[in-house]
Amino acid sequence: MIEAFYDVSPAWPVIIGGLIAAAIPHHLVRKGLALLAPILAGLLWFNVPSGGHVGGVFELGGFVLETFRFDGLSRIWGLIFIIAAFINGLYGFHEKDRVADAAGLIYAGAGLGAVFSGDLLSLFFFWELTAISSVFLIWGSKTQAAFKAGLRYLAIHVLSGVMLLAGAVIHASETGSWAFDNSLSVDTLGGLLIFLAFGIKCAFPFMHNWLQDAYPKATVTGAVVLSAFTTKLAVYALARGYAGTDILIWIGAIMTAFPVFFAVVENDLRKVLSYSLNNQLGFMVVGVGVGTELAINGAAAHAFVHIIYKALLFMSMGAVLHRVGTVKASELGGLFKSMPVTAVFCIIGGAAISAFPLFSGFVAKAMTLAAVAHEHHYLVWLILLFASAGVLEHSGIKIPYFAFFSHDRGHRVREAPANMLMAMGVAALLCLYLGWPDMFGIPGGYRALYNLTPYPEVANAYPMWTFDHVVGQMQLLMAALFAFAFLVRMKWYPDEKRSVNLDFDWVYRRAFDGLARWGFAMFGRLWSSIGNLLDGVRTRLGGRLFQTFSPMGALSRDIPSGLLAIWTSALLAIVLLIAYLAP
Amino acid sequence: MDMLASFLPAGVAHHAPVLIVVVPLIAAAVAAFMPRGVMAWSVALATSVIVAILAFGLLGQVGAHGVVSYDVGGWAPPHGIEIRLDRLNVPILLLLGVLGVLSLIYALPSVADEIAKKQQALFYSAFLVCFSGLIGVTIAGDAFNVFVFLEISSIATYTIIAMGVGKDRRALTASYNYLVLGTIGATFFVIGVGFLYMATGTLNMADMAAVLEQNGHNRVTQAAFAFIVVGLGLKAAMFPLHVWLPNAYAFAPNFVTAFLASTATKVAFYALVRFVFSIFHPDVAFVSMSFTWLFAVVGVIAMMVASVQAVFQTDARRLLAYSSVAQVGYMMLGLGMGTAAGLSAGLLHLMNHALMKGALFMALGAFALNFGVRRVKDLAGLGKTMPASAMAFTVAGLSLVGVPLTVGFTSKWYLVTAALERGWWWAVAALMISSLLALAYVARLLAAIWMENPPSHHGEVAQRRLAPWMVLVPMLILAAANVYFFFHADPLVGLAQAAADAVMGGR
Repeated sequence: MIEAFYDVSPAWPVIIGGLIAAAIPHHLVRKGLALLAPILAGLLWFNVPSGGHVGGVFELGGFVLETFRFDGLSRIWGLIFIIAAFINGLYGFHEKDRVADAAGLIYAGAGLGAVFSGDLLSLFFFWELTAISSVFLIWGSKTQAAFKAGLRYLAIHVLSGVMLLAGAVIHASETGSWAFDNSLSVDTLGGLLIFLAFGIKCAFPFMHNWLQDAYPKATVTGAVVLSAFTTKLAVYALARGYAGTDILIWIGAIMTAFPVFFAVVENDLRKVLSYSLNNQLGFMVVGVGVGTELAINGAAAHAFVHIIYKALLFMSMGAVLHRVGTVKASELGGLFKSMPVTAVFCIIGGAAISAFPLFSGFVAKAMTLAAVAHEHHYLVWLILLFASAGVLEHSGIKIPYFAFFSHDRGHRVREAPANMLMAMGVAALLCLYLGWPDMFGIPGGYRALYNLTPYPEVANAYPMWTFDHVVGQMQLLMAALFAFAFLVRMKWYPDEKRSVNLDFDWVYRRAFDGLARWGFAMFGRLWSSIGNLLDGVRTRLGGRLFQTFSPMGALSRDIPSGLLAIWTSALLAIVLLIAYLAP
Repeated sequence: MDMLASFLPAGVAHHAPVLIVVVPLIAAAVAAFMPRGVMAWSVALATSVIVAILAFGLLGQVGAHGVVSYDVGGWAPPHGIEIRLDRLNVPILLLLGVLGVLSLIYALPSVADEIAKKQQALFYSAFLVCFSGLIGVTIAGDAFNVFVFLEISSIATYTIIAMGVGKDRRALTASYNYLVLGTIGATFFVIGVGFLYMATGTLNMADMAAVLEQNGHNRVTQAAFAFIVVGLGLKAAMFPLHVWLPNAYAFAPNFVTAFLASTATKVAFYALVRFVFSIFHPDVAFVSMSFTWLFAVVGVIAMMVASVQAVFQTDARRLLAYSSVAQVGYMMLGLGMGTAAGLSAGLLHLMNHALMKGALFMALGAFALNFGVRRVKDLAGLGKTMPASAMAFTVAGLSLVGVPLTVGFTSKWYLVTAALERGWWWAVAALMISSLLALAYVARLLAAIWMENPPSHHGEVAQRRLAPWMVLVPMLILAAANVYFFFHADPLVGLAQAAADAVMGGR
């Protein structure tokens, strides 16, 4: 416990590491920084007394900025961001891209900075920094599609930042306080603007498209890095400012349910993961919306474990993309022979996200569900249950199945690089450790997670490993598995020679009784007609504006000076009129 | 401040108020007789350095005494001519001095490239006349001399704009248009001053204010107000009287654009503030009504319309010229709030805008000097071929948008705060929208500079070419100032607030 460092937010070593990395041409040095910076940040994190602490306060232009607020809520988020940054550094060890290294570190540091911000202005600064630094991870793919997706991503996130700033200004002018705490409310204009700014980053329904648009187009490591920070930062911000806001329960419930359909019919496996990311966020948002101590614990614990297993899944798909060059379900299959270790890690990630008992997802999700049931939101509870089954279908089974088993496409590639395997190994170990129950009187790994939550005493008092929980969850999972297996069996035999993948797609769609297909088509139609409408407005309006304002346009043409003299007289008349009318 | 007040020798210090305007006038005559451009340039540079030193000295004197009054030729007002310096005009004087030095350093390579050798000496001479005229407007203590110096600066300005003819013949029509309009503006102004003289019987501005306060207002003073506002508004490029500005800036020599964009409209804006706040009174009903219904409205329209116009321009300098009109709109909005906070935000934006536009136009001049590019699409790849200039351009461009870590953010911040204090939500919304539009047009330039590849000719890609150091140094200083004064906002904010307080005078 060195007091001198109490004022140094863990964000700084990571951001500064990123800035240095931007200037260093030698890639091993950069990689060293990418691993060292999170370790330094971790030391700073451990250095602070866990009771709560506000440090790094300084004044800039008359505003007091708090850069290091360490309390129950920011503690757990800070730690998981640090862990994620470390795993990302390990995973990207083989890449020789200076921009990506620097951007990844600055992005992670900005995420940390935002989590530890105690006031809205510092939050805004780091909020925008995450947007600007992360876009380079998308652009890193160097394809035209990625470039355009990156621009769209940047536009919407900068918009989010602007709304945050506008909301903060209004909020501060009304309350006189820049503090970032639960004094925010959706009933005031400022609070609502900030809420929507958070909502954009959190991928609320109808604000979510940037996520599925950008993440799958990012680089192999880029997608892993991106999956960790942006959206979870938004969940943190909501938990900090809007815990217990009822509307969040319904927003979250919709978020859990609707991506299921899209994820099931999607062919690009990284896109499937993006949809499932959205679904997982829904659970956390519901937890924040319920807002009881148990629910906040659930959201925080869920975010913690989610970052790890989602990164694990993205890493395994990244390894596949790295070796095979595609993650299209229709072009993969049978990879378990060539990449057995990756396959095992992927299955662990799938089991964790599906909340199998003994894996980390189980201990976190159960708390959220219990909190929802405890507050008597039964319909929401049912939606969450349905979504849990959906998660198993598209993330727990579909991802490993199509990538590593299913019909062998004859890809014979090498196992993923050692550093990727190490990163995945660390993540997989954490997935197992954090889900480990008490056994033979030895406290299980999940206790460590519960002790980290904002309200550890509530978490530890929660009876996690009861017979009901385990059996109930197993029933749900088994029923879902059975449904899957049954449908596969039914369609497998008649049609063996045709492309198995397409059959599965078809089966999937039948399984959801055409609902997914219908929803997909309707949504697509709606989307395209909205797009057409907007396009029409834009070309027409753009044309008008161009005709009016361009150098040839009416308002910017060179006008004869005689006409200008008339303008001058007209203005004179106006001023005289004002003077005449004045009381 | 104390150090600034006393570093000049006592005799110089005492006569500094008159020296600051007389030295450039005499130097103009000297420069005209110089056989070579470089020698005329040396005279001009030396003059501007002297002016800057005197301006710092006067800043110190004003800091110490509040008001410095100087009777020209020993004739006391109201019969003699008074030079009067206070906290409102001393920052403008400082701006003129510092930007005069910086842009004159920049001038040598740029002018050598754009103006015929034989005309260079005359060009510098005309510039010095314009310089001295602007200084005169800033420090004059009586209304008629404001008019005289306004005309001196304007006539010289028409000349130096027309000298852009070497690169583009349209400079002639641009200058002619400005001449016609500028003359109308000056005429309106002098008519207004005439009305005021009729109503008050004095030309000294301090006396005018005193008489008006005592006697109250009538239709004559109202007419005077209208004429003066329109006349000075035209000079300050107040929308919709800005139409002379885009062409004048687009076709003038680069050095002239860089200097005028950061000083000329600012001086006219100062004169407007002087008349509207000091002589007329913000508490007088028709003045305060014109704040809300004229200045604020016109300012917001300029912020929107001129920004949209900028978005669609093809010529880079014309684009920035329209942006200048929009920025004048910000200042008008600040003025229109009619509060000390609003006025100080407007004045702060005036100073910050000089820093941004100075750097931006200098960078465009550097691009033109090295590669002869003027259109937006020709800026392609300059990030690779001229990295230093492109960096300066980028920093100043971001400042123009109002990105945090630049002074653009500081002044917009103060504007927003002032608007909120006044309860003008629509003005905050307008500021936001206008900033987004600014982002759009700056992004067009930056995208061309950084994202596109340098042009190639017969497979040979354009090579990296550094701008001359005399171009680079002042440009980089201005760009750095854009960042420096974000972190050390106090000096500029202090000047602006002191100016606003002085003119509102605790009213």
